[in-house]
Amino acid sequence: MAEFRLPENSRIKKDGKVHKAPEGAKNTRTFKVYRYDPDGGENPRVDSFELDMDDCGPMVLDALLKIKNEVDPSLTFRRSCREGICGSCAMNIDGTNTLACTKSCEEVKGDVKIYPLPHMPVVKDLVPDLTQFYAQYASVKPWLQSRTPAPPDRERLQSPEDQEKIDRPSACILCACCSTSCPSYWWNGDRYLGPAALLAAYRWIIDSRDDATGERLDALEDPFRLYRCHTIMNCTEACPKDLNPAKAIAEIKKMMAEREHL
Amino acid sequence: MRPRPLSPHLGVYRFMYTMATSIAHRITGVVLSVGLVVLVAWLVAAASGAEAYASTAALLSSGLVEVLLAGWLLAFCYHLCNGLRHLGWDLGRGLEKSEARRSAAWVVVGTLVLFAVLVWLLLLRAGGTVGGAA
Repeated sequence: MAEFRLPENSRIKKDGKVHKAPEGAKNTRTFKVYRYDPDGGENPRVDSFELDMDDCGPMVLDALLKIKNEVDPSLTFRRSCREGICGSCAMNIDGTNTLACTKSCEEVKGDVKIYPLPHMPVVKDLVPDLTQFYAQYASVKPWLQSRTPAPPDRERLQSPEDQEKIDRPSACILCACCSTSCPSYWWNGDRYLGPAALLAAYRWIIDSRDDATGERLDALEDPFRLYRCHTIMNCTEACPKDLNPAKAIAEIKKMMAEREHL
Repeated sequence: MRPRPLSPHLGVYRFMYTMATSIAHRITGVVLSVGLVVLVAWLVAAASGAEAYASTAALLSSGLVEVLLAGWLLAFCYHLCNGLRHLGWDLGRGLEKSEARRSAAWVVVGTLVLFAVLVWLLLLRAGGTVGGAA
């Protein structure tokens, strides 16, 4: 059921720390960053960091690294590739989910507000617990299931047209921006698989080499797993790789209807 | 270990056209369900004879109720327009970002135009009131 208020232990305290910009900085910018210390026993808070933008890289991730290196080394977040392919630095920046490494500070007007991915258990600061998200991905069996033996002398080949179909869906980096932008996933994330897992399911359903299409559709035939999608479209708006989970889900729903009634 | 806090969601997520059109669809749906009770009451009154109908019609054309009826009409217009948008989506059409943005704008325009036309038909052409007590 939808629970709109944050639980008691999750409400943000008003007494966040303020870190002033260094003396003489001319081009300053304020970053408001969600903080939660699992060892402190206190509720989360929002700290303000004033940075000298003349001495900072262009991306939000550059700003976070500058804070960690120069202001507060306890600031905790995931990051790895810094070029939008690993999906580690997914977070809520300026009200929408995206990757800190590909989001430019200049795109944001006013203070840069940074929160962890929405409606997720927080391990520390900007690090959400993605255990359930990964379990949901695993539940769609994201691997090739074939009953026919592979040709002994070569790979299982596809036509360029069939490859084209899975080209975009395969580009998903599992950053969780889409699923955690979805209100349906917020309210029913325990039973609704969410856009990321359903995009992965779609990718295997339409794979010309996969023989488990029927079973895959059977597994999604459920009022919650698939049909909690109400085509809000937040997922497609959020995807930092410009993929379209909403369309993939609509295609799955169509396949369900077609096999039922045609 | 103490339970992990839940990260903020509604309170921090930007309220975009996506969420606005979706929640408005749901709200107008609920509003219309309630309005159905009024419609049924009106039909029952009409079936129960002239006297019952006259008193119900009088009630429906009183000031505050007329405002409510106008609200129901607006909800109907929105739900119809956005419903067509959902119908397209269920056929797999119009799901690109640019298309969804454009169709959201069209829904708002369509709602207002349809509402204006219906109000004009009901109020001016029928020569009566929204309550139907012509």
